Amino acid sequence: MSPLEIVIFLPIAAALAIWLGAPARPTSLFAALVNLVIIAGIAFRFDGSSLGVGEFAHVSSRIVLDNPAISFAVGIDGMSLILALLTAIVTLAAVWQIVADKSAPFHIASLLISAGAMGAFLSTDLFFIYAFHELALIPTFLMIALHGHGDPANRRAVAWKTTIYLGVGSLVLLAGLAALVLNFSEGPVISFDLTSLLQQTSSVPAATQEWIYFTLLIGFGTLVSLFPFHSWAAPAYATAPTSVAMLHAGVLKKFGLYGLLRIAQPLLPLGAQAEWVQNALLIMLLGNILVMGLVTLHQSRLDDMLANSSVMHMGYIFLGLAAGTELALKGAVMLMFAHGASIALSFALCGRMRNQVGTLEFSKLGGLATNAPLLTVLFGFAAFASIGLPGLANFAGEIMIFAGTFDPKLLSPEKLSSLQWTTILALWGVVISAVYMLRAYRKLFFGTANSGHYLRDPGFSQRVPLVLLAAVLLVVGCCPSVLLGLIQSAWAAAKVASL
Amino acid sequence: MNNLTPFAVILLLPLFSALAILLFHKQLKGAAALISIGSASICALLSVTLLGAGDEIYTLFPFIHISDAISFDINALIDGQSRGMLFVVTFVGLLVHIYSHQYMKDDDARPRYFGSLSMFMFSMTGIVLADNLVMMFIFWELVGLSSYLLIGHWFAKPSACEAAKKAFLTNRIGDFGFMIGILLLFGLNHGDVSFADLKDSFQSGPLNHLAKSQPEIITAAALCIFMGAMGKSAQVPLHVWLPDAMEGPTPVSALIHAATMVAAGVYMLVRCSFLFVASPLAGDVVTGIGAVTALLAALMAVQQNDIKRILAYSTLSQLGYMVMAVGLGSSEAGMFHLYTHAFFKALLFLGAGAVIYACHHEQDIWKMGGLRTQTPATFVTFLIGTAALIGVPFITSGFWSKEAILTVAWEECKICFFVGVLTATLTAFYMTRLFIVAFLGKPRSKDASHASDPPLTMVAPLLILSVMSLVSAIPWVSHKLQAMAPHGHHSDAHWLIVGISITALLVGVGGAFKVYSGKDADPLKLTLLANRFYFDEVYAVIIKYAQDRFAWIITGIERIFVDGLVARLPAAIACRIGSAARSLQSGHLQGYTFLLGAGIILAVYLAVFVLPRLGT
Repeated sequence: MSPLEIVIFLPIAAALAIWLGAPARPTSLFAALVNLVIIAGIAFRFDGSSLGVGEFAHVSSRIVLDNPAISFAVGIDGMSLILALLTAIVTLAAVWQIVADKSAPFHIASLLISAGAMGAFLSTDLFFIYAFHELALIPTFLMIALHGHGDPANRRAVAWKTTIYLGVGSLVLLAGLAALVLNFSEGPVISFDLTSLLQQTSSVPAATQEWIYFTLLIGFGTLVSLFPFHSWAAPAYATAPTSVAMLHAGVLKKFGLYGLLRIAQPLLPLGAQAEWVQNALLIMLLGNILVMGLVTLHQSRLDDMLANSSVMHMGYIFLGLAAGTELALKGAVMLMFAHGASIALSFALCGRMRNQVGTLEFSKLGGLATNAPLLTVLFGFAAFASIGLPGLANFAGEIMIFAGTFDPKLLSPEKLSSLQWTTILALWGVVISAVYMLRAYRKLFFGTANSGHYLRDPGFSQRVPLVLLAAVLLVVGCCPSVLLGLIQSAWAAAKVASL
Repeated sequence: MNNLTPFAVILLLPLFSALAILLFHKQLKGAAALISIGSASICALLSVTLLGAGDEIYTLFPFIHISDAISFDINALIDGQSRGMLFVVTFVGLLVHIYSHQYMKDDDARPRYFGSLSMFMFSMTGIVLADNLVMMFIFWELVGLSSYLLIGHWFAKPSACEAAKKAFLTNRIGDFGFMIGILLLFGLNHGDVSFADLKDSFQSGPLNHLAKSQPEIITAAALCIFMGAMGKSAQVPLHVWLPDAMEGPTPVSALIHAATMVAAGVYMLVRCSFLFVASPLAGDVVTGIGAVTALLAALMAVQQNDIKRILAYSTLSQLGYMVMAVGLGSSEAGMFHLYTHAFFKALLFLGAGAVIYACHHEQDIWKMGGLRTQTPATFVTFLIGTAALIGVPFITSGFWSKEAILTVAWEECKICFFVGVLTATLTAFYMTRLFIVAFLGKPRSKDASHASDPPLTMVAPLLILSVMSLVSAIPWVSHKLQAMAPHGHHSDAHWLIVGISITALLVGVGGAFKVYSGKDADPLKLTLLANRFYFDEVYAVIIKYAQDRFAWIITGIERIFVDGLVARLPAAIACRIGSAARSLQSGHLQGYTFLLGAGIILAVYLAVFVLPRLGT
């Protein structure tokens, strides 16, 4: 049995145990901690350089169906390892910070989302990649509808909207995956096995690749809130319970990007490079960065602002994908990790503030720093990480993506390409995000305190998840090579495909 | 001991000090200040010993390593410029640390203050040592953070947090350009952004050819890089943050917003001077912006009443001088003025701090007066600082460095020379005004009449800086500091220039005495200058309409059209088409989960039963 299977099924088992009556908090903390230890152990001993194109470590495969060939196969390479690490860290932080009285449903939902995300990142069979993601979505919807914030009618409406959006997105994705599998299959057996798909040389004509890639882009893109298919995301995060918002915005949303990097980019290189697909992607990601940046600027509540900013920052990861160079793709993975940790920290802090202060309206708050120095510092970490301050993880990802789009091979001195103009506009987005983040920081924490709203620092135990996430941002930000070393080889496939 | 060690210590010791204070500030209390001061002392001592070190590039730490061609490293570039700058930063830094210990004595948040100060020392050292543009950008942002933290030190005061935010955001606008410039050079120079390689490439490499065949892109890159300097060194039109930054504690203004950080822009321009050789057009823009800043800021200073703000506008004006010199192609003159200015402007700010301390936090010069007799030590040192700033001939350092710039301007661009002389006249005028109003005459408030000199830990830094303000331009000293005093750069018109600048000085000082001597209120009423040419007001309107209203409009469009077209319209169509859809939308949660379950079942069905048939 591969350790990866343990990592996937341990949270499910823990969720079952809680449902059957096991004490919620110890059980879920135990499962999350064990998962983090296992993944950290794998990462510590991971040697990416020995893996070739489309090869995975810790593989294990159990055949489910002969034709079409579907097997429950798991494996790990640098990119999935980084995302699994993110999942394990954010899961631990998310279940640790749950403080509700009847906490069982929150723990069960968090564990199931975590298991679904782990399964999606660690499976090497297209069918299970897809199915695990769907598994993770169900508790997300239920938790928004049943335990979300705000009045019941509103949260049901939000849950409904999210369901429809993601359901339709998943169906588009399914269509794309089906087309991909059919076009790649030669002979009588239809294979969903990612390893063999990655290793075979594709003979799919360019026009077909373009359409499949585009379909996958829309399908996966909807799951990542790619503009203009994003409007589910902001209300969903603002409404969702804290742990669900942390896990979905931090981890599960990365699934769409992971899918594009893992499946679409290497398998459909001609599709990714087609000019019309490129241009469509650039326009959509600019929508994320500029339109959503301005929308974020306009928000008057912290939860709405964070939710919209999370949509906005997806644009930068898509920019890395659009550039397609080794530097940019590695930067995209880096930024996926960094954004996951920083947005989870933001939502965790936001949740604490909502519980204690009772309101998140900027106009009603101020001077919170006086009584809560630690939370002020931690919010500073989250805010400056998302602004892209060097020394915190997001900067490393962003600069790699930006530099990747100005790769010497892509830059002609005569004329900047549309990709490079997009980068320049995206850089203006960095200014916009500094404006809204610092405005919020100033409004909430500094200035004179408004009467009636106090924030206190949490006790020792509740500091752990927050400090953990901040420490991750700092360590990875100061020493990006901790993670970059892991992806050294995973990119062989993507790199070859893109150049 | 390895050669590398001292540089790693200078860079990392302040970082450890900052981290220790951040983590243990509760336990440390008063000891936090001592840790910070201790680390600053060690760095200052080391940098003195390193003044004799040889030129070299030390590899410290690979930040992002992709391949041998593409690697962003943290290295230490040691040459005349970085050795001298390192000395200035650590030396002034140490004095400010010592001074702060007394100045911030009653502040409850002293550990945070000293932690931020250490953080600043770390980031500033990083800028000085940077051997490539990416490393410089990293530390560039970090000094921005330290500046944000220190301006907003008194965070309960709304004006302080607004000023901190404004400083960071204005710098961000400059950094927007800086980043584009770095990316352009990264792409054009095959992924290498080290200063040494860029310089070679511009002198006799691919970029040299490119500068001839495609000058536009080189000009664009140079101007983008310059934008970064405009933000950090507060050049017009990005200058608005610096006067507001005076909301921070006064020692911080002396260190960060006068002597070191704001000069980082000039330092960076000097590091990148090859860009402005390759693109004369960009060089002209730099010169123009510098000259305009020097003149406008001097004009604004004439009508300010807050002692720190007068000095802040004076800093802007002097930075404009330096930028103009670099634009005219004389990095030496620019750097020389940077060094001398660091000492005398730090002296003036610390002197202003002593005055404010003595007058119980009164900053309006019209409420001071008569401090000559009350605070003799502060008076003498402030007099020396003023003399250096207005360039009293032959005995002050400011005179020599100003002459160096004026000489270059005389040879390269007569208009710049004229602007320089005009600025010098105005400088003499507003500094004499400040001096007369604050120190001479009779006390105009109770606080001023009870003022007395601060304790020795605050006076000693003033005395040391006074000495430096006098001697730092003497060739022996400036040579030791590697200050690159323009060697033997004697223009034919040398004595003419000296004559003109002495005349300018006399006109300025005499004018100020004529207007202000014995006055209790400002006889000049120049609204345009007092309101700083309405830059802030115009920007407020731009931010309100071009940003906030625009964001409001975009939000409306996003709500109505995007969400409407992508979600509501299809939903409405679906509702019209099928009653099944309507019954599902009736609002039962089971219905939604059923829909989702149905989707999954459909997926499985497709995968298992339909696809095999299609494939065969």
